Amino acid sequence: MTTAVIATLALEKHYQMGGQHLRALKGVDINIAGGEFVAVMGPSGSGKSTFMNLLGCLDSPSLGRILLQGDDVSRLSAAQLARVRNKYIGFVFQQFNLLPRTTALDNVMLPLLYSNTPKHEAIRRATECLQLVGLAQRMDHHPAQLSGGQQQRVAIARALVNQPALLLADEPTGALDSETGLEIMQLFQQLHQQGKTIVLVTHEPDIAAFAGRQLTFRDGELIADKKTQPQNAAVALQQFRQQRLAQVSA
Amino acid sequence: MNTLTLFKVAAVALRVNLLRSILTMLGIIIGVAAVIIMLALGAGARYDVDQQIKSLGGNVFVIFARGRFSGGAREASGSSQGLTEMDALAIEQQIPQVNVAAPTMRASGQLIYGNMNWAPEIHGVDNRIYAAQSWQVVEGRTFSDTELASAARVAVIGQTVKRELFGAGDALGQTVRVNKMPVTIIGVLNGKGQNTQGNDQDDLIFMPLDTVRKRIAGLTLSSPKAVRSIIVQVEDERDMADVEQQMDSLLRQRLRSTDSEPPFRIRNLSEMIATRSETMQIFNGLLAAVASVSLLVGGIGIMNIMLVSVTERTREIGLRMAVGAEPKVIMKQFLIEAVLLCGLGGAIGLALAVAVSLSLQHFAGLTAIIELHVVLMSVGFSCLIGIFFGYYPATKAAGLQPIDALRYE
Repeated sequence: MTTAVIATLALEKHYQMGGQHLRALKGVDINIAGGEFVAVMGPSGSGKSTFMNLLGCLDSPSLGRILLQGDDVSRLSAAQLARVRNKYIGFVFQQFNLLPRTTALDNVMLPLLYSNTPKHEAIRRATECLQLVGLAQRMDHHPAQLSGGQQQRVAIARALVNQPALLLADEPTGALDSETGLEIMQLFQQLHQQGKTIVLVTHEPDIAAFAGRQLTFRDGELIADKKTQPQNAAVALQQFRQQRLAQVSA
Repeated sequence: MNTLTLFKVAAVALRVNLLRSILTMLGIIIGVAAVIIMLALGAGARYDVDQQIKSLGGNVFVIFARGRFSGGAREASGSSQGLTEMDALAIEQQIPQVNVAAPTMRASGQLIYGNMNWAPEIHGVDNRIYAAQSWQVVEGRTFSDTELASAARVAVIGQTVKRELFGAGDALGQTVRVNKMPVTIIGVLNGKGQNTQGNDQDDLIFMPLDTVRKRIAGLTLSSPKAVRSIIVQVEDERDMADVEQQMDSLLRQRLRSTDSEPPFRIRNLSEMIATRSETMQIFNGLLAAVASVSLLVGGIGIMNIMLVSVTERTREIGLRMAVGAEPKVIMKQFLIEAVLLCGLGGAIGLALAVAVSLSLQHFAGLTAIIELHVVLMSVGFSCLIGIFFGYYPATKAAGLQPIDALRYE
């Protein structure tokens, strides 16, 4: 058994909403090993976003513990959490969240700015990551000059640039059309094959099927944790294109 | 993230909203420029006064003969038998701190040269006047002893008189008519220009005391040696009070005056000028205070825009936090933006103030002096305004929760 990249112990998150006490997570125990590709599923309100925020060290749990590579990160200050995120976590968001009027290269370099990486080193690593996601030719483009899929690739490059222990993707295909979504999933599978640990939140079972393990949340509890043979995104993409071609010629 | 990088990030953010940044800065620009211009004009006025006092010498008294009561009727000032040349001599000789005491006489009259005429102040003087009032004869010579003793028809003229009567031509040796009496020009004084009250100091003509007394004034004087005033120059400014007292008792004794109101009046010239300029200083200070209110309003404008900017860029802040920006780094970024706005506004305001001051000096003839400490203070102060008014918006940005900020629509 490989060592856990991230583990949670009896994780709980409570909110106070308009005088009402809300128990968004009710004791979640999970162990995610290095090199796993995990999909987190569940309807809205199931607690999957709360879980995601806690895994990403964007928030602190009310009860229970989170161990990131064996270290307890559940009681850290805002500044300490920021440093942990900078060093160990890479985020990919549904809305890409790129800085407007800033080149792809500068967007990818952003996390390195906050870790005081020397500039030439930052440029070298950002360039590598952009090559990895297939955007070596678009480094000087602003987000407005890129398609949705390309913007999400820039965001993925940004998530990879600090060589994080964990890649967290929150509905990364939610704002994309099906074909582009499949392309992004293909990219995630490639990264997984290269040994990256990926946690992906989605409400689409089709997308979750590309991961090797599916966690399902309902009402703040983990109700299912199953490992499956993942579908191949490259194959799915090919099928999708053939189908479309058939429709056009028909 | 180091501070230099933060400055670059802030500069980019300001450039992205260029028009808004400029409009925001405008408040600071106008405020800083107004404060600097007001202070520059104040400093200029102070400089003018200092110059005038220096040109007179801060160590100069003027003793005027006061009109005396004689049989109930008050005679005109200068017509009394009060002050005489001997009093001047006595002051010079008996009061050791006195450098020189120059007796003077004043008259009015018309100068005619060819078809030109001019009416300057006519002063009867002896050669002590040059030392007492810091005059120099730049062309020709001063009066000889013979000329002084014989009430000779000679004159030394000021630059204005020379220009008005002779233009660019030579004045020396020319004969002009003063109240129909022919007078030969033997010297020309250096130019002193205007004083702070705008009076032309060069519009005068010097003639020997006796000449003025006997040939021009035509007054029936009680004493053949009577003078209208005595200009006294003291060696050291610190002795002014002492000398004033000594002169007072000496003159009272010599003029046998026991009245509470003696027949003379001692005036300290630099004090008079300083008093007159004080009003102007207060006025200038008041204007500068009003100008600094506009600086305050500019600062509030900065705060307003920074708050809008924080709200607009909530998602950006969330993202920066997610990828590892600590709250204090976010805070620093927004503070630097505010300081950059204010500092830049301050610098542009300074440039504007320099331009306006120079043109005021050039076109309106005002003296404007921008002092270094005013420059440092105003630019420094505008940066402080940036910190002060940028602090709240920056705290607001730093206090955002990354999850809320990322989800903000």
